[in-house]
Amino acid sequence: MPAVISVPAIANEAELRVFVSALSGVDQVGVESRVAKLGTRSLKTSTKRRAIDLAISMVDLTTLEGADTPGRVTSLCTKARRPDPGDPQVPAVAAVCVYPDLVAHARRVLEGSDVAVGAVANAIPSGRASLNVKLLDVADAVAAGAHEIDMVIDRGAYLSGRWGQVFDEIVAVRAACGEAHLKVILETGELVTYDNVKRASWIAMLAGADFIKTSTGKVGVNATLPVALVMLEAARDFAEQTGRLVGVKVAGGIRTTKDALKYLVVVNETAGSAWLSPEYFRFGASSLLNDLLMQRLKQRTGAYVRPDEFSGD
Amino acid sequence: MTDDALTSDLGALAYDPAPESSSIARLRESYGLFIDGDFSAPESHEQFATLNPATEEVLATVAQAGARDVDRAVASARRAYDRTWSKTSGAERAKYLFRIARLIQERSRELAVVETLDNGKPIRESRDVDVPLAAAYFFYYAGWADKLDYAGFGANPAPVGVAGQIIPWNFPLLMAAWKLAPALAAGNTCVLKPAETTPLTALVLAEILQQAGLPEGVVNIVTGDGATGEALVAHEGVDKIAFTGSTEVGRLIQERLAATPTRLTLELGGKGANIVFEDAPIDEVIEGIIDGIFFNQGHVCCAGSRLLVQESVADEVLRRLLRRVDQLRVGDPLDKNTDVGAINSAAQLARITELADAGEREGAVRYTGACALPDRGYWFAPTVFADVAQSHRIAREEIFGPVLSVLTFRTPEEAVAKANNSNYGLACGVWSEKGSRTLWVAQRLRAGVIWANTYNKFDPTSPFGGVRESGFGREGGRHGLEAYLNV
Repeated sequence: MPAVISVPAIANEAELRVFVSALSGVDQVGVESRVAKLGTRSLKTSTKRRAIDLAISMVDLTTLEGADTPGRVTSLCTKARRPDPGDPQVPAVAAVCVYPDLVAHARRVLEGSDVAVGAVANAIPSGRASLNVKLLDVADAVAAGAHEIDMVIDRGAYLSGRWGQVFDEIVAVRAACGEAHLKVILETGELVTYDNVKRASWIAMLAGADFIKTSTGKVGVNATLPVALVMLEAARDFAEQTGRLVGVKVAGGIRTTKDALKYLVVVNETAGSAWLSPEYFRFGASSLLNDLLMQRLKQRTGAYVRPDEFSGD
Repeated sequence: MTDDALTSDLGALAYDPAPESSSIARLRESYGLFIDGDFSAPESHEQFATLNPATEEVLATVAQAGARDVDRAVASARRAYDRTWSKTSGAERAKYLFRIARLIQERSRELAVVETLDNGKPIRESRDVDVPLAAAYFFYYAGWADKLDYAGFGANPAPVGVAGQIIPWNFPLLMAAWKLAPALAAGNTCVLKPAETTPLTALVLAEILQQAGLPEGVVNIVTGDGATGEALVAHEGVDKIAFTGSTEVGRLIQERLAATPTRLTLELGGKGANIVFEDAPIDEVIEGIIDGIFFNQGHVCCAGSRLLVQESVADEVLRRLLRRVDQLRVGDPLDKNTDVGAINSAAQLARITELADAGEREGAVRYTGACALPDRGYWFAPTVFADVAQSHRIAREEIFGPVLSVLTFRTPEEAVAKANNSNYGLACGVWSEKGSRTLWVAQRLRAGVIWANTYNKFDPTSPFGGVRESGFGREGGRHGLEAYLNV
């Protein structure tokens, strides 16, 4: 076992640049062929049952629409506590994720359950606001009782090479979060290259992120398996070097059990057991849950049920 | 917390067995020789057993072809050449090749299972690599059959005639495709001799040739041991021998054919250097090393069996590599989640064991993967030797098994010198994020194939073959036609 090498505390942008630039590159062809290979893993019988339950427990049930209402959030929270009313064995999901103004309401509905309430703050999805406005957004959500805060990095700053600004902003948001967990969205669909994904992951982790997350779900390209692989490898290496575990959340576009299981295989074979729990791995999704429930029932009864068997949200 | 992070178990989500059904193979109890478009018994009526190396159970018996059977096969190929195939237009030949490719795809699941049963390789590889690539080679050369005028060998290049083709046991179906597809596209007829321990997919392929309606005698398949191969090489009716196998046997064949009109191409052994520079993409490097040496249990002539790693990153690469080796799933080749299957034969297992023991005796540091091996069958746990010196046997001799030798270097010049310090010259890999350095190194490596930031990737459009004791002649691509044309 290697000794824990502590990553130097980053004092300024120059130090950050030296550290992040020294990370080894990522080969696109290699990453994509690795996930293609992992995608052929065959999960059967008891493995499949365990993986489906694990995936359910990792879901962040999300609604981020302009048309969200307390009524819709109530219905989402009810589903989060007990995804399948017909089967009490089905685990609750990890969290419900809403806009800040609905946090207090979600907290009330989820009172007495272990389901966390997450809020997207920091001028999501664009992240285009002054730091003061972003911090107020965060403070507001925290004051309303959010357990988890999702922020998005300033891609413009990242892509124009102002990594220090990206870093400082995460540090400031981290401070504003207080006890709440901070998930830092990299918006990997806008970072485009795997090298960028790796570097941004490290910047976020060095700045104090509790989770690194792929996407807001509001741009064209959301979570992909190769991006998840690169982020999990970064989280694994960061943990080895610092002793601190950072979670990974994949969000957007994951709709089927088959997809979710592929992600779990990647977690299993690259980061390992520590990340195979809702504490360190999450799915940001809404329609995925019903497919997981359907496949779960299929595993038990041997037959598929109609989609209407499960509630819409 | 710190300890948890560092001991995070890989593979904690254990996978239940997910075996492919062996009944898909639809094996017959015994197989004859495929001569003149049909199966027939050898003159001696002698049969020998082919085993499943994962269980040591008999799969089927196949015919032992003697000299007179080989004679019959060559005569059949000659007849088919004279009467039919040499008079068949390129477009018409292409039609048969396309049909064969389609039929391989249609029967791909069956072929994959047969290959895995007979060879011991994981079903994931036979399903995702061997069988699809075999079909791809037929598709590719089908395209050339009516375009030979434009292959760069002058107008109307003529075929050679009757080709005797001897293939190894490591990629039985794929090597049959590498040999047959270009030969048939160029207008030759063939006598194919599969390896003694892995004859079955070639015999399924014989059924496919029948299904495709390929004229009788255009392809003949004779099973047997080394004596059968010898008879084929010595046969005066054969215009060309194409051999893939060991350097030892290749040398004997070349001696035998010296001063005869028979043309020859040889694809022999290797001791591929996989060169890792300090700026290489480390996570993909680890996968590339794994693919380079543990793909097909290391039974790969171009395997990256010598890892040359720059000293500045050697410890880090080795640490990550060993972690990854521990994760390899070794066992039932039919299980869809198996990464490393069975060693093909008891003889090969003995050779691997002998060389690995020599490595230990000579002072290299042995690391063997933490995996339980099945009780029956032929198995060898993935093994890495660190601190290997250029003079060690495990750095010089082809092991042809899941055994990696790790050496270090300091400068690009030293990397090139060490890589070239081998009697072989089949394949090398270069890993770096710096393109100019990759090209500088590649230009100086004495090897037929050089991969950059990848390893063991095959494609029908790309020529493959060696220099020095790795043989001569190219298979694949436009270059692959040359061996089968009178140019």
